[in-house]
Amino acid sequence: MKRTWPALISFAALLIVFEFLVRKEVFSASLIPAPSMVLMTMQELSDDFVQAFKETFSNVLAGWVLSLALGTGVAFVFSLSDLLKRAILPFAVFFQTVPIIAIAPLLVIYFGFGAPTVIASSFIVSVFPVIANTLMGLESASEQQKDLFRLYQANSLQILTKLKLPCAYPYILSGLKISAGLSIVGAIAGEFVAGGGLGALIDSARTQQRVDIVFAALLLLSLMGLFFMALLSLINSIIQKQRPF
Amino acid sequence: MTELAPDIRIQDLSKSFKDREIIKDFSLSVKEGSFVSLIGPSGCGKSTLLRLIAGLEEKSAGEITLPSSLKNSVSFVFQDANLLPWRTTAENVGLPLELNPELAKLSHEEKNKRVLEALTKVQLENFANHFPQELSGGMKMRVSLARALVAKPKFLLLDEPFAALDENTRFEMQNQLLSLRKKEKLTVIFVTHSLFEAVYLSERIIMLKGAGAKIVFDGNLDLPSERTESLRTSEKLNTIIRDLSQRLKS
Repeated sequence: MKRTWPALISFAALLIVFEFLVRKEVFSASLIPAPSMVLMTMQELSDDFVQAFKETFSNVLAGWVLSLALGTGVAFVFSLSDLLKRAILPFAVFFQTVPIIAIAPLLVIYFGFGAPTVIASSFIVSVFPVIANTLMGLESASEQQKDLFRLYQANSLQILTKLKLPCAYPYILSGLKISAGLSIVGAIAGEFVAGGGLGALIDSARTQQRVDIVFAALLLLSLMGLFFMALLSLINSIIQKQRPF
Repeated sequence: MTELAPDIRIQDLSKSFKDREIIKDFSLSVKEGSFVSLIGPSGCGKSTLLRLIAGLEEKSAGEITLPSSLKNSVSFVFQDANLLPWRTTAENVGLPLELNPELAKLSHEEKNKRVLEALTKVQLENFANHFPQELSGGMKMRVSLARALVAKPKFLLLDEPFAALDENTRFEMQNQLLSLRKKEKLTVIFVTHSLFEAVYLSERIIMLKGAGAKIVFDGNLDLPSERTESLRTSEKLNTIIRDLSQRLKS
């Protein structure tokens, strides 16, 4: 808790400064709403926000879990075969470099409107860091460490579970942290074209010039990101305590 | 110098990395129970030779024959401690008992007993639950030594194990190695850059030099079998070191 105080204090200070600047009309309220106005909007449209948050949250979670499962799986397979890695890794890089907003219309054609497109969009954006980090981690064991396992005639499973996986763990964790943020970005991009969730709410607010709704949605998205970071932090502390390796 | 009962035999051993022949037609015999040091300039093939004996490298040609009493009883101490940072001292020491197919068959109680024994041998029994990052360089090296001893080896290969330690710790570790070697009746092949260390520890010195790991000196040392601190500053030891140093330079 001690570690979160500086962030909470700076956030509160920022809110106060913005409230003051908007009330003194330094910023136009039609461009940047006062924090109190954002909170009021959230209260007024609470049902819409709760519904949209739930939708986006479940889509992000599905995309992220899919990235974790498929990303780590693919990285494990790549780590076993250099040929496979060289043959398939460029496709993963392609997904990383092509802007999701350019692929999203295609996803609507393939998966239709709604959750499947949003999940696919979230997955495509967030899978690459999981693959890249897991792969880097699995290959991070030093030659001397590998020698040690060779010396005692360790089998492939022992090398994987007692050496490669523990070496890869910090890399996987950091890949998941990056992909958690990206899965939200991907889901929102998906919702812009496929509808539903906070993405659609932002898009409709844009057409009405309702910056207060946009800011309220952004606040909720930030909270969602923080939730995922906290969840990872909790999982990490459990793993550190249990030490399964 | 001829050995009466050569037990470890290396015959016409060669090892190449790409086009470079590191070891060429190398032959050597080492008596079981002896302490042999391999010395020579960097890149002369000392470590490669040790790794070939340990089976960590594939030989290009030749034969390495170990007597039946030493087969499956080889341990290796690396240049740095090479501990797994996510494991405690005891878990690092116990690693060979988990990995080696034969040792893995031991009961849980026997494994714990062996780990404690090995830690006691290197005087680290009170640090069993510490992680490597909580240990000093010398302690890490002792854990590494305990890990090598937990398998109850008869043949110990050490690749410049004390190179990164400060002088006091190095002296302490050298004495500990000598006492362990005596107690466990180990056959030891020790690779080092330090002539002083080689002469103080060994009964026999083999100097490698030039392309293909050519043996330029191979001799038993005329020093008392019991090594004491006073030997470190003795004239006799220093004369041997001077002689070896000249051979190394020539």
